[in-house]
Amino acid sequence: MALEWFRREKGPISAGQKKSSQDTLWVKCEGCGEIVFKKELEKLQLVCPKCSFHFAMPAESYIALLADEGTWTESDHTLRPQDPLQFKDSKKYSDRVAASIKTTGKYDAMTIGSCTLGEFPVELGIMDFSFMGGSVGSVVGEKISRGVDRAIAERRALILVSRSGGMRMQEGMISLMQMAKTSVKLTQLGEAGLPYISVITNPTTGGTTASFSMLGDVIVAEPGALIGFAGPRVIKQTIGQDLPPGFQRSEFLLEKGFLDRIVNRQALKTTIVQVLKALMHQEAAQA
Amino acid sequence: MNSTTTTQEKAKAATPVSQNGASGSKSYASTFVLEFEKPILELEQKIDEMRTLAESSGMGNLAVEIDRMQKKATRLREEVFSKLTRWQKVQLARHPRRPYTLDYTDRICTSFLELHGDRCFSDDHALVSGIAEIDGQSLMIMGHQKGRGTKENIYRNFGMANPEGYRKAIRLLAMAQKFKLPVVTFIDTPGAYPGLGAEERGQAEAIARSLYEMARLEVPIITFVIGEGGSGGALALSVADRIFMLEYSIYSVISPEGCASILYRDAGQAPQAAEALRLTADDLLELGIIDGIIPEPSGGAHENHDEIAARVKARILESLPDLMSETTQKLLEARHRKYERIGFFLES
Repeated sequence: MALEWFRREKGPISAGQKKSSQDTLWVKCEGCGEIVFKKELEKLQLVCPKCSFHFAMPAESYIALLADEGTWTESDHTLRPQDPLQFKDSKKYSDRVAASIKTTGKYDAMTIGSCTLGEFPVELGIMDFSFMGGSVGSVVGEKISRGVDRAIAERRALILVSRSGGMRMQEGMISLMQMAKTSVKLTQLGEAGLPYISVITNPTTGGTTASFSMLGDVIVAEPGALIGFAGPRVIKQTIGQDLPPGFQRSEFLLEKGFLDRIVNRQALKTTIVQVLKALMHQEAAQA
Repeated sequence: MNSTTTTQEKAKAATPVSQNGASGSKSYASTFVLEFEKPILELEQKIDEMRTLAESSGMGNLAVEIDRMQKKATRLREEVFSKLTRWQKVQLARHPRRPYTLDYTDRICTSFLELHGDRCFSDDHALVSGIAEIDGQSLMIMGHQKGRGTKENIYRNFGMANPEGYRKAIRLLAMAQKFKLPVVTFIDTPGAYPGLGAEERGQAEAIARSLYEMARLEVPIITFVIGEGGSGGALALSVADRIFMLEYSIYSVISPEGCASILYRDAGQAPQAAEALRLTADDLLELGIIDGIIPEPSGGAHENHDEIAARVKARILESLPDLMSETTQKLLEARHRKYERIGFFLES
């Protein structure tokens, strides 16, 4: 359940490393180590042309990738975190939030709104790892909750793109309860006969995986994504040996039976449309 | 974040003290005493010694002194327990003499028949379940099960369930619905097991599915947090209509040790993390996450298993009639409203 992203195993980041890839023309692929021209990478939805490694992609790019042009309307974008526990470790939670708002330009780790996708009406929520490791607290829980309400009212499908280190411990039990809250909401969506497609991207662990990410009618993942309950470091500590190669990656989960498909980002929209076409045929007939 | 390492840390954090005069045959668990329990215990031992002396020598005049010391011991206990820190409550919640799920079923059920296995992979000994009768009322009971002593704890995997444990629970939840049995769950786990096999067999999916099935289960669910409510592994059995916590139980998004090692980079700062996490019954009642607190007997539940079991039983019998008289629709609506409301955020 823990937020693995929080612990830095290597030394502190030096000024040189910190330089964002946005400042450069070339980037080194984390998958194959090759140097890739950034413009080309952007044209390919941040998928490495040499090894198909999927670079992290911001919410806006997923919207551009999935939403039919000009149909996106964001909802609840002013929802932002409170500090119910007055939580403080080395830093105050409220200061961490303020710092994240400043660096990301977002109020929390999920962007949600409505659009059409291949002309099907959908409610689309995308998580952002850059906001406190994509941790799930009250705001993400409430955004999903309201998204489900809108989906039911407007007869839309729900699509959630996960990328999260788990529950946000600075909100204590309030954050753990978001697992229950989102699960409750998803039963309502299911009751209304509307499809939920879960898209899991790298990395997704902890309570996020153990709630809405694993509850899709259809669950797809990007290639090579780390997906698990416990983080690799915790498991390693528990069993006292190295983890087998590929452990907890998308391909491993597919093989073990926990994913419907692995979908390359460039094929994501067509795959989702195919699913919606099948699962929303009754809606389409009524419309 | 719950690993065997934290279990070892826990054992270290609580200092075992061997009692004077305790026979060597007593197990580790039965003689386990927390640091802050020590002065109370020492006084009680003195009282016992004086009693023995008074009986053997026929010195009746010791009675006044014994009575005085008895009052002192009671006062001391009340004083210590009236100002427990959150970390001390964590230690009480993990006390090796604390009653576990099967200690409750033994005491509160007219009959209890354990049912095993998930019908897919195996039987998880860290999560027990079965059909029960309490004063004529049939019900389904399930809960995490810790062990007493090393051998039993290995058998119970320290109360850390694997996916098959949650899948057994899901199977029996469905059975409860089919036969209209209300469900009682007992929460007492450091967390879901973070092992290789657990991941291979879909720990996350098993927990998520359990949350989903409990969210829509058409019979009443009552949860008792009896010891440690460790994160998602605890939540997976506690999407309920009523959640009660024992006075010295805890419920947390992450163990204090795990939180401290991540945020303070030092597991030794667990006491500070316990304060920050607000994980006690009082905290969670205040935050609106639980519905009530069951007071524990003087000195904690481990001092009187029968008494705490009687209180839990009484709470089950008090809560059931209201829940069982609701229509399914009303029951589910209320359960859903309760979870929909949880969250603190600003909006402008």
